[in-house]
Amino acid sequence: MRQEIVKAAPAYTEFHPRWYRAPVSVYWWLGQWRYLKFILRELSSLFVASFVVITLLQVRALRNGPEAYSRFQHWLQSPWMIALNLVSFLFVVFHTITWFNLAPRAMPIWVRGKRLPEFLVAAPNYAIWLVASVVIAWFVLR
Amino acid sequence: MADKIILEVARYSPEQDTKPCFATYEVPVHKEWVVLDALNYIKDKVDGSLTYRWSCRMGICGSCGMMVNGEPKLTCATFLSSYAHNGNKIRVEPLRYFPVVRDLVTELSDFLVKLKKVKPWLIRKDTVPLSQGEFLQTPEQLDYYKQFSMCINCTLCYSACPVVGLDPKFVGPAAIALAQRYNLDSRDQGAVERIAVLAHPEGIWGCTFVGECTKVCPKHVDPAGAIQQYKLNAVLDWLTSFLMPRGHNSQDVKP
Amino acid sequence: MDVSSHDVLLVGGGGAGLRAAIAAAEVNPQLSIAVVSKVYPMRSHTVSAEGGAAGVIKEDDSLDEHAYDSISGGDWLCDQDAVETFVKEAPQELLQLERWGCPWSREPNGHIAVRAFGGMKKRRTWFAADKTGFHMLHTLFQTSLRFDPITRYDEWFVTKLLVDEGRVQGVVAIELMSGRIQAITAKAVILCTGGCGRIFPFTTNANIKNGDGMALAYRAGAPLKDMEFVQYHPTGLPFTGILITEAARSEGGYMLNKDGYRYLQDYNLGKPQPKPVLRSMELGPRDRLSQAFVSEDQKGRTIQTPYGSIVHLDLRHLGEKVINTKLPFVRELCMKYQNIDPVKELIPVRPVVHYMMGGVSTDIDGATPLAGLYAAGEVACVSINGANRLGSNSLPECLVFGARAGKAAALFAAQQKVPNGSVLAQATDERKRLESQFLFKTGGRERISTIREGMQTTVEKCAGIYRDGASLAEGADTLRQLQERFADINLDDHNRTFNTELEAALELGFMLDVAESIVQCALHRTESRGAHQRTDFPARDDKRFLAHSIVHRNPDGSSRVELLPVKITRWAPGERVYGELSQTNEPPQAVLTRKAG
Ligand SMILES: Cc1cc2nc3c(=O)[nH]c(=O)nc-3n(C[C@H](O)[C@H](O)[C@H](O)COP(=O)(O)OP(=O)(O)OC[C@H]3O[C@@H](n4cnc5c(N)ncnc54)[C@H](O)[C@@H]3O)c2cc1C
Ligand code: FES
Repeated sequence: MRQEIVKAAPAYTEFHPRWYRAPVSVYWWLGQWRYLKFILRELSSLFVASFVVITLLQVRALRNGPEAYSRFQHWLQSPWMIALNLVSFLFVVFHTITWFNLAPRAMPIWVRGKRLPEFLVAAPNYAIWLVASVVIAWFVLR
Repeated sequence: MADKIILEVARYSPEQDTKPCFATYEVPVHKEWVVLDALNYIKDKVDGSLTYRWSCRMGICGSCGMMVNGEPKLTCATFLSSYAHNGNKIRVEPLRYFPVVRDLVTELSDFLVKLKKVKPWLIRKDTVPLSQGEFLQTPEQLDYYKQFSMCINCTLCYSACPVVGLDPKFVGPAAIALAQRYNLDSRDQGAVERIAVLAHPEGIWGCTFVGECTKVCPKHVDPAGAIQQYKLNAVLDWLTSFLMPRGHNSQDVKP
Repeated sequence: MDVSSHDVLLVGGGGAGLRAAIAAAEVNPQLSIAVVSKVYPMRSHTVSAEGGAAGVIKEDDSLDEHAYDSISGGDWLCDQDAVETFVKEAPQELLQLERWGCPWSREPNGHIAVRAFGGMKKRRTWFAADKTGFHMLHTLFQTSLRFDPITRYDEWFVTKLLVDEGRVQGVVAIELMSGRIQAITAKAVILCTGGCGRIFPFTTNANIKNGDGMALAYRAGAPLKDMEFVQYHPTGLPFTGILITEAARSEGGYMLNKDGYRYLQDYNLGKPQPKPVLRSMELGPRDRLSQAFVSEDQKGRTIQTPYGSIVHLDLRHLGEKVINTKLPFVRELCMKYQNIDPVKELIPVRPVVHYMMGGVSTDIDGATPLAGLYAAGEVACVSINGANRLGSNSLPECLVFGARAGKAAALFAAQQKVPNGSVLAQATDERKRLESQFLFKTGGRERISTIREGMQTTVEKCAGIYRDGASLAEGADTLRQLQERFADINLDDHNRTFNTELEAALELGFMLDVAESIVQCALHRTESRGAHQRTDFPARDDKRFLAHSIVHRNPDGSSRVELLPVKITRWAPGERVYGELSQTNEPPQAVLTRKAG
């Protein structure tokens, strides 16, 4: 199936540098965890999108009346959907953590001529995340 | 500690080879020796044709960057002993994503073209005679850009950046950080002139924030931070241009 | 043969070279200017300078005091007209660099901050933390990008000056990338190739500092000056030779011998005080401190290590905060290269070859006696450094005399005709020489590294901190033998592309010539002055030697040393006094009387 395109490299001629350009493999990100991590972070956007789609479907079901909504609920309980949601959840948590850890770099905060230490910029993000989660949990589990 | 170590060094001579191959050398390990000392040992005692760049041997000239076991490193600041446990083998290759001229020497002029494009010099609209003394700048104002002025142009960050590998036109971490070094300097008035190159798909918008440039930087410059800060300001700038069509100050974010 | 042509050509893109290029471009934007450098300019060795650059700006200071410190520090071998020009223009040049964006360290009110430096009686050393040279070089390089008339030849190695009709008309250079050997002609050539520390085995100098420019000029017929004056810096890290900047001492570091004793008090350098005192103890001049080390070593009061004897530099009492803000690079270097944290541990140090006071003889416009040839920076000897350079004088020297040479060469070039064709024949000969004697030669028996090591140990042994006639004469013999063996050199590398072995061989050739000039000058100067200490002639002899050594190369390759009287304007020779005495005695104005020679 794969077709090798074999190009003869031009021969060396005196005084003409002949640079070697290493091809970049399609799988460059597989070798090292840090690049894999980056690709996973990029990939996580797909799962964020899946949450959005589910929410949209939910809204549509709601509009189409109680029957449609219970069908929707039933669909959500299928093992496939639970698995998808679980995986999505993990990806979103992963995305949030990597993003929060990067935030101090994108937004350095200077107070009286000194740059705030990174954890002080990241910490409020985590704090807000925690508070929001607790509030939501309170609403849902009440 | 083993008293010998094996160095696998990438060799490529455009006059004889069509692509690089590895040559293996055994070198003694001394506590103080860095990878560069091992290369010098080979060149002096074993094979004088081994080709690489170096000069200061104190991590400041930026010449000696290479891939050491797959990671971009200044070889003058990388001890042999820290690899002695690794099956006693070290693999040395030219910096990734750059065309290879010969052995461990990469092609650099492309980087210099990019550097010049971002106008890394102090731009003033006025001319103030020297007799008026220095432009004042408080230590706090200096701190604001100092980190980005520490770049030694070693190009390790380009080798860590997959975007550079995939899109050779990307201006790249070091050049953008240096542009930001001047943008943030309280004496500079040239931020507007740098926008065209920076706020461009081959400038900051090319960056996908892998963040590895910052991790490999031997001088803690944080190019990733510089780029994200610029992005954030570009977005805010774009927003304010809606709210205040006139009178907003593009990318002028100095204290 | 390929050839390209310019009006002004710079060999070297360090502090001096870039400053000269910008100066030439500013004087006359019509000129085409070439910067030829064997490394990318921002890799030049100026990048390693740490401590700072001296220039009078504070109110309590004066130009005369800076001049006096330099002249007495140089043991009265400085040309005083040059020093006066230098101290006057240094602050202007440093300010100009500020205008170009150099991130000088500041006082809380935003003004330039200055620090104390060895041998300087007032605080006048501008600094950019402890990476002054790095920031200066990158500022100059980035600023130079703005000037379109400047064409760069990055990674081109100059092998020869082209001289015809008594005038320098260009160079022959190898483009490393392709291996092409070609002529680059010019109406004026400025050498800015830096020093030659690599002639010695243990040096702070980078691998590129091989005295290329000195040898190029010397071979072309321009004389060298004061080559016997080689500066040892008292604090280098053992093995690597990495420099621990003098700033570490001006911030208050102590020098301790093996008993933890501040031994400098035994060498007429004042009494120990808890806080640093200018021109005293640890802030004495470099030659005295390095000589004190040798005496301690002879008394058995140093510590023996595999890399030679050492003493200690103690910064611990300064505390982490001072070290981190004022000396961050010192800490980084110690931790990264010596595995030692100066906040908690003593730093092992020993004297290390650092700077070349001598060089291509020039006037205060950088002009050499050979028409069309200029020199500036460490390669040149104007001379403002005399027998011993004061720390932080050489960076401003690169700027002041770089700018002057750039301007002078631009004016000279504007009046010259285009170089004539006959230099091209010379260039072809040079290419043939490089190919037949090095690149394509087979069957040689000598390795570059063997001869290089031989040269280094020879020069160290005969022309180190202390010298004497017998060992110098012996050294001269050994160097001559090494020259002969050099003719039998063998290269493993016969490639054109990026042939660094060819480069190393040519550099070795340059170094051998420069080494010989050092030894010849040292033999000839039968007195002790500044960095030149003869154990067989321990006293300074102003009657005979208040004069520069001028060394010429004879057509047969041997050398000839002559003397040229020092230019004295206002400061008659006196004793060099350091320690408490220097605080009270010798107000510079009091000795402005006698005019001499
Ligand atoms: C570790 C260290 C610390 C120092 N600290 C201080 C300090 O704090 N204060 C101070 O005042 N001074 C200091 N000095 C001294 C000062 O840095 C140097 O004297 C000065 O930088 C020399 O600058 P330069 O422009 O003459 O040469 P360099 O910067 O050495 O540049 C030489 C240039 O010539 C080029 N070149 C050489 N040979 C050839 C050739 N054959 N063909 C083509 N190009 C060639 C090189 O590529 C390079 O561009 C220090 C020196 C060292 C080594
Ligand atoms: S040799 Fe200069 S950075 Fe390594």
